[in-house]
Amino acid sequence: MIWNDEFETLPREAIEALQLKRLKQTLDRVYATVPFYKNSFKKAGITPADIRSLADLHKLPFTYKQDMRDNYPYGLFAVPLDQIVRIHASSGTTGKPTVVGYTKRDIETWSELMARSFVAAGATSSDVIHNAYGYGLFTGGLGAHYGAERLGASVIPMSGGNTQKQMLIMKDFGSSVITCTPSYSLYLAEALEEAGIKKEELKLRVGILGAEPWSEAMRTEIEAKLGIKAIDIYGLSEILGPGVGIECIEAQNGLHIWEDHFIPEIIDPISGAVLPHGEKGELVITTITKEGIPMIRYRTRDITRILPEPCICGRTHVRLERLSGRTDDMLIIRGVNVFPSQIESVLCNIDGVEPHYQLIVEREGNLDSLEVQVEVNEHVFSDEIKVMQGLNNEIRKQIKDLLGITCKIRLVEPKTIARSEGKAQRVVDRRPK
Amino acid sequence: MTIEQISIFIENKSGRLAEVAQSLGDNGVNIHALSLADTSDFGILRLIVDKTDLANDTLKKHGFTVSKTTVVAVEVPDHPSGLAGILNILDSGKVNVEYMYAFVERCRGNAVIIFRFDDHDAAIDILLKNNVNVLQGERVYNM
Repeated sequence: MIWNDEFETLPREAIEALQLKRLKQTLDRVYATVPFYKNSFKKAGITPADIRSLADLHKLPFTYKQDMRDNYPYGLFAVPLDQIVRIHASSGTTGKPTVVGYTKRDIETWSELMARSFVAAGATSSDVIHNAYGYGLFTGGLGAHYGAERLGASVIPMSGGNTQKQMLIMKDFGSSVITCTPSYSLYLAEALEEAGIKKEELKLRVGILGAEPWSEAMRTEIEAKLGIKAIDIYGLSEILGPGVGIECIEAQNGLHIWEDHFIPEIIDPISGAVLPHGEKGELVITTITKEGIPMIRYRTRDITRILPEPCICGRTHVRLERLSGRTDDMLIIRGVNVFPSQIESVLCNIDGVEPHYQLIVEREGNLDSLEVQVEVNEHVFSDEIKVMQGLNNEIRKQIKDLLGITCKIRLVEPKTIARSEGKAQRVVDRRPK
Repeated sequence: MTIEQISIFIENKSGRLAEVAQSLGDNGVNIHALSLADTSDFGILRLIVDKTDLANDTLKKHGFTVSKTTVVAVEVPDHPSGLAGILNILDSGKVNVEYMYAFVERCRGNAVIIFRFDDHDAAIDILLKNNVNVLQGERVYNM
């Protein structure tokens, strides 16, 4: 099913014509109303008039998360505050939060794109959508909520936390679609098992999971445990919130990014050069319809590649390959790039091991050390030391084979790694900064 | 003729053993024999108790990873070469011992040793053929 037949299946030439028209309008507007853009364009020796085709996009300077912090709180807004109807902010884990504002039309657009995303994931107006993304400054809760209402589904505004109540409502209210982070969906599956609630007693059939990178192996595990189709959704508050891109249930292979509202590029994160379709690099997004806080060539720090091939679902918008991680989640250990999702896929591939893990990075002398903590459950527990050490060696060997680094594996008791009701904390980096 | 043993995965952290012992004690479970195998990071605690199922459920409720394994309780003469004699019998039957530990209580003046073999059936067979007493579960749980 497709929510917006006209726009989601536009021929390529029509998408590009629309993108160019909207890009030009956006550039004119930000140049006139946001001093930050006027200055950065000037520094780059460029004016909006120099952008005559989509191929000229690369001439524009990048926008970084730091630019949002430097212009905290409202410096990047392109409209006066009286036109802003909603303000969200990202968690400021490393300083001040980054603030985004939405006009009435931005909220309309967001609802439309989330509705498209729900339908792509297989949801319909008859679904009971159990929205377990956090409501509040975080964009997840309200973003999904407005999209679900636009779709006409029955939305339960659960928000995060209080797992006992989540389970009760899920069972009694007949939730058929859940929206939450992938790690929380696994946590829920575990809690349901403990409570003796079988997946057959639930009506759950689709999970729309995002806000953190996850692996294909984790998908297999979630789908088996909850008996659902697990769909990957992509979004970030700087660009919109959830609903920037989504997998379609038909292919479950790559996330369609809504190209009538965003222009994606893949760049080399070090040189900044644009890479051709199909090559892996950092995703850069330009918003072309946003009014409140337009973003020009925003460095998402997410690593992916563009899959331009037509999709079986009929949508013409390009797909992003499943995101393998953020450049800022990436650990550099003894010079090797390591994404937590790579460790996760190793763990998921070992029979019986569950993806409850944490990476502890330390520096001993001048050497980085990586410790992977893995929980021991009943499936992998043996009362013979040699079997347990065999498991330990197997994990270490597979990580070494994949990444080329030697790490220490620590087997820990179940439930000792903190369960997250939002984004999982996979990495504890104790190296001196 | 095997008996049930409880095995518990324990991280090398202070207080964990005490927690196992306390939660069993609080639920009226008595420990008859135990062995702790340890590595630098974790240990495996093996117990023979009077109420195996209750112990299993109690520890699971306390969040431990627990498994039930079968072992063999063998009466061993309490004099020099008593154990050697038993081990020689096992060796003649090509049975390997994975691990073993001793019982606190005696049985008819003999020591009792808990064995985990690679092949319990073969082990019991050869022991019985050589007139070694292999203890039944009920007997062991109620010692």
